[in-house]
Amino acid sequence: MSKIKMPVEKSHIMMFARSIGDANPKYYEEKDENVIAPPTFIQSSAQFDPEYFLRPKIGGDNWFGSGKEATGMKSSGSGSGGGGAAMGLHAEQHYEYHQPLNVGDVITAEVKPGKSWEKESKRAGKLKFSESVTEYRNQDGELIITATSVGVVTEKPVEN
Amino acid sequence: MLKKNEIKIGDTYSEKIVEDLKRTQIVQYAGASGDYNPLHSDDKFTKEIAGYPGVFAHGMLSMGMTGKMLTNFVGDGTLKKYGVRFTNQVWPGDSLESTATIIDIKEEDGETLAEIAIETKNQDGATVITGSATAKVG
Repeated sequence: MSKIKMPVEKSHIMMFARSIGDANPKYYEEKDENVIAPPTFIQSSAQFDPEYFLRPKIGGDNWFGSGKEATGMKSSGSGSGGGGAAMGLHAEQHYEYHQPLNVGDVITAEVKPGKSWEKESKRAGKLKFSESVTEYRNQDGELIITATSVGVVTEKPVEN
Repeated sequence: MLKKNEIKIGDTYSEKIVEDLKRTQIVQYAGASGDYNPLHSDDKFTKEIAGYPGVFAHGMLSMGMTGKMLTNFVGDGTLKKYGVRFTNQVWPGDSLESTATIIDIKEEDGETLAEIAIETKNQDGATVITGSATAKVG
């Protein structure tokens, strides 16, 4: 499934910590061995998934964000355009921490599909939930983090 | 790290985790995390195709900012579990406050653990995240 191979790097941790507005000095240490990662840092393993669908691909011509038009998605006539992709939202995220993540580790991820279910909602119509469980292991095969993600596809945009 | 003899069930800790969230911070998160979903940076797409009033924050940005409050409370490297549900979207301009409440303190496999309930609210009092965490206690 996923071919993630993520080198854990301190400059990446620094950029991630900046983006969540976290000034904890442990995320900005000079020496590799002193740096620790924020609890949600592993989410940025998406950077190392060659097929990650929420990143424009070099040379790819079907990125669904706007350019000249509101969506770059070529309409296929079947009706499910870029909007379909956009209706996917993140519903839940859970992490279980088994071992610390260290700078210099090389993390691989194994994704397993989980349950799926449906629910009616007043604010967004029919909701289709699906779960996936990712096991992140280090170069020695040790389990570092187990992540459970729940995505939801809404029938219409969520009313606010 | 939380100290066993200094905490009790019902203790709370709160932090303002962002004031007037800027679109640029959302872009920063996209760049760092690698999640370039146009819903978070592309106003034209988000309005015209997705049907939302404008770009909004990644759920994971809200979880990341909430995690800042959490690690400031429980200490570095003490988390055993951290999980959330995203209950409302977070928009540019939002100001968020996050609260952790100790709901249980227990012994498990020779460790003392604190069970923590988490809630993050926006400036209108709407809950944007509910969650829970388990942290080691010294």
